[in-house]
This record gives sequence, structure tokens and C-alpha cells, in this order.
Amino acid sequence: MAKESLVKIAQLSCGSEYSGIQKEIDTAASMVDAEIFFPEISIEDVQNVEENFGFKVASPDLKLMMARAKAIVEGKTMADAVLIASCFRCAEGALVRNEIRRYIYANSKIPVISYSFTERTTSSTLLTRLEALTTTARRRSLLAREHQEGLTAGIDSGSTTTKAVIMKDDEIIGTGWVPTIKVVESARESLENAMVEAGITRDDIQAIGVTGYGRFLLSEEFNADLVQEEITVNSKGAVYLANSQVGPSTVIDIGGMDNKAIAVQDGIPGMFTMGGICAGASGRFLEMTAKRLGVDITELGDLAVKGMQQNVEMNSYCIVFGIQSLVNSLAKGSAQEDVAAAACYSVVEQVFEQQLQEIDVKEPLIMVGGSSLIEGVPKAMEELLKIKVTVPPHSQYIGAVGAALLVSGFIDK
Amino acid sequence: MVKVFIYPSNSLILSDLIDRFGHEPLAVMREVGKKIRTAGLDSPPINITPEDPKIGLKYAAVEVPSGVRGRMALLGPLLEEAEAAVIVAEPDISFGCMGCARTNELVNFLVRTKDIPILELDYPGNEEDAKAFVHMIHDFLEGLGKGGE
Repeated sequence: MAKESLVKIAQLSCGSEYSGIQKEIDTAASMVDAEIFFPEISIEDVQNVEENFGFKVASPDLKLMMARAKAIVEGKTMADAVLIASCFRCAEGALVRNEIRRYIYANSKIPVISYSFTERTTSSTLLTRLEALTTTARRRSLLAREHQEGLTAGIDSGSTTTKAVIMKDDEIIGTGWVPTIKVVESARESLENAMVEAGITRDDIQAIGVTGYGRFLLSEEFNADLVQEEITVNSKGAVYLANSQVGPSTVIDIGGMDNKAIAVQDGIPGMFTMGGICAGASGRFLEMTAKRLGVDITELGDLAVKGMQQNVEMNSYCIVFGIQSLVNSLAKGSAQEDVAAAACYSVVEQVFEQQLQEIDVKEPLIMVGGSSLIEGVPKAMEELLKIKVTVPPHSQYIGAVGAALLVSGFIDK
Repeated sequence: MVKVFIYPSNSLILSDLIDRFGHEPLAVMREVGKKIRTAGLDSPPINITPEDPKIGLKYAAVEVPSGVRGRMALLGPLLEEAEAAVIVAEPDISFGCMGCARTNELVNFLVRTKDIPILELDYPGNEEDAKAFVHMIHDFLEGLGKGGE
């Protein structure tokens, strides 16, 4: 990939140097042509920050974080982007992390991401997050694109399925959807299916954008014009398909392996979280439930909307023990519909508890990805949040649509 | 010479006082220094690696934040060596600071559980108090004798 302009990321953190992961953060940053720095401040700034910021805390390093955040917002330190990080399981750290993030988001246009780390955090875990952060900092003009022009293709190489779309002048004219078996072969097949439906050949395509887990491999195979992580393309794809490109919105994608919750403003991701620790909060949980119920995954949602999740007792979110609860309920005579509803509710509730607390949920709330088509999932989200959830057309192709939309900015005029 | 643990553990002033009065300060700078000077480690800024918080498991379980365990990996061995301790309560940040309130609470507790002489002082707020502060430390350290006696 061509060398990009350097993005300077201000790190506001507590505990990273003592957790032995600073090198991982630095490595991930260098992989996306970014540089981590620590904003310079005076000792007086730290001593006075509780009064100035209004949050009294016991840990001095958290005061340091707050003082550094103020320096960025007040323009005393120039940063292109901000990474806020504190130790996983530190309550005080989590409170300060969230408040600093809101403060920077509300008072500046600087993109910000927060993360709670353990000593096991690696550069590969951080890579997608920092890639999204630097893209937002570096390519605001690209992200401002509201219309797809020309003939472009987008391929989304996900952990479970590979999606492809062909778009022509703001219209989807071909789609492909195959299970991901071998990354390159599955992408070829998916794109081929989309091209057949669109009635075009490879030579007709003016630009190709790739995203998803397999994007780097696909980039070489397809000589892609745009290689982009999922946070950015999903945000763009979601607001584009939901016709909500102006103003605030929230995008939620419950994927096969991880989830994204993204606060979007005018089509540009602001705060976002990416979960990937627990399979119980992923599409995999729903797949396993469908398998246990003996129905196809496409039938699970229909069952769920007819059921009552309250009728099934679930003792755990875990993909092993939670499924066991569902099996026990079936053994006691629970209806399949109730079990399907309980499974959808379990996944959504965990996303709600672990991820939506970390971003400001603003309407419209747009659910995308394959799981959004399981009707019980958006229904459970509506019940939990008490707001209407929008599932746009073609929501399962969201990453591919976002890639096809953004890559049209790369067509040689 | 007695090995004296200090809190805040990175206070240069406390470390210097202990040294001047003829004892060996157990300060975190010594542990960090070892890591910085050890060839083969490259984990800036203090060369703690992801392995170190596992050493801290001896003092703080896995449900404790990794930053506490990483700090305990440095402070734990010092605590075990300690034959006496000087603890300064509520110090100004410029006097010395380990950054994490939970680590501070744990370290203070673990020092008090040891059967060693401990001097606990408030951080001085003015010059008079500062003089008295130094005198008290001096008297405490003198009372320790030469150690091993």
C-alpha cells in the first residue's frame, strides 16, 4: 500500500505502560502510518484539573488523562486523533474514560476512540480500531461522499460470509453472498455471482473497494483501489442505505465474530466500540440456536417475533452455558418461538450492556449486517432501547455497499 | 544499613533522605532501572512486558486491572525485602506518584501487614512542617541503628 500522510494520535491513558502493552499500541499505530504521542502539560494543569474538569478522582494518572484531554480541546496541543485507554476492570478508569471521550466528542471535531486493555492486548486487536480512527482523521473528504457514481464493486470478506455488490450510479445492480471458506476463492465466487446478476464483466468495473477480515488478501488479488476496515465502510453504507446521511445516527452491526456500535455524524464515524471478546454476543450464538432448534438461520427471526423471551429462563450469556439454558427450556416444554426470542434478546442485551453504554445512542438507530435480518434481533433492540430501529434494504450487504460507494471517489475522471 | 521501603515509591526526595541518613532506599527506580538496562527488552517507556503483570498475580488476582498487577510486579519484590518503611500520606504529585489509587491502597496495606518499623507521616503543607517532616524521618532512621543488630 502507498504511504499515507502521518496521523498524530494523542494517547490519553492510565496503566498502559505498566501493563506492558505500549509497544503493541505503537506497533498498531505504525501499521496505519500513525504516530502515538503524549500531550505535554504542566504539573499545575494536573493539580487544577479536578476543579477545571469537575471530576474528582483518586488516581493521579486519571487526573493526567483529564488534563491532557483539556489541553487538546483547548488547542494547546495539536492532535489529529485521540486514543483513550485504561485498564479493563477498573471502574474509576472506565468512568473517566467515558467522560473524557464525551467531552472531546462534544467540544472538538477530533475523532476519538476508547479502549480498555489487559496485558493480553495485541497490536492486531488494535489495528482495525486505529485504522478506522486514522481514516476518519485523514479522509474526511472521502467520507463526505454521499453518492455512488460510475460502475463500482464492493467486496466484504467477513468471518462467516463474503458479500459482493455491483453498483451503478447510485443503484445496486448485482449482489453476491457466499459462505467464507477460503478467503480469495469465496470472494471470487461472490463477485462472479454479483457480476452475472448485473450482466457485466470484470473489465466493465471502474473501481473495486474491499473490506472485512480478508481485505488485505483481497487487495492484492483484485488490485483494489480502496482497502478499508469495517467501521468506516459500515457507517457509510448504513447512512447511505437508510437515507440518513445528514445529522446524527447510530449504527449497530452484530457480526459473526464481533460487533460494532458506531455513533455517526453526517456520515462520518465519531465514537465507536468494537466488541470481540464473547461469542455469546455474536451472530454465532444465533447460528447455534438455529441449529439446535433444527431451523435454518433465515427462519430464526420469524420464529422469534412470535415468541416471548420472558418465558425462557437464561442463566448466562455464554455461548456454551446460555445455549445449555435454551436446551433445558426445550426439555421442559418451552415453545420453539420463545426459545428463539430468548436467544435474540440475550445477544442484544449483552451488546446493550457492554457496548451501547460506551457510545451516545442517537436516533435513527440503524441495524445492519446479516443478523439485522433475523427479525427478532431488531425487535429485541427496540424493546431494550425503547426507540424505533431501522433496518435498511440490502442491510446484509452493508460493508460491500459502503466499499462500492466510497471507492467511486477513486474513479479516474 | 537497613533496607527502607518508601511510599510514594518513586519519590526522589524520600529516596535521597534515606540514602543520606545511611540506609538503603527501596525505591521503584531501582526496579525500573534493572529493566531499562537489561539487554533484549524493548517495551517503552519502562520496559515492562506483557509477562510482568503475571508476576503481579502473586499480589493481585486476575480480576484486578492489569495496571495494578504490572505495578505490583515492580513493587512486590521491594516489599518483600523491606526491613523498615516510611509512608507519606496524601503527597503532592510532584513529590512522587505511582499513578494508580488502587495500587497505592494495596501497597500501603501490604506494608502495614509486615512486622517492621514503619513511620507514617502527613505530607507537609508549609516550610515549618517540612522541617519537622525531615527531622522525624531523620530520627526514625537513626533509631533503626545499623540493621542486623
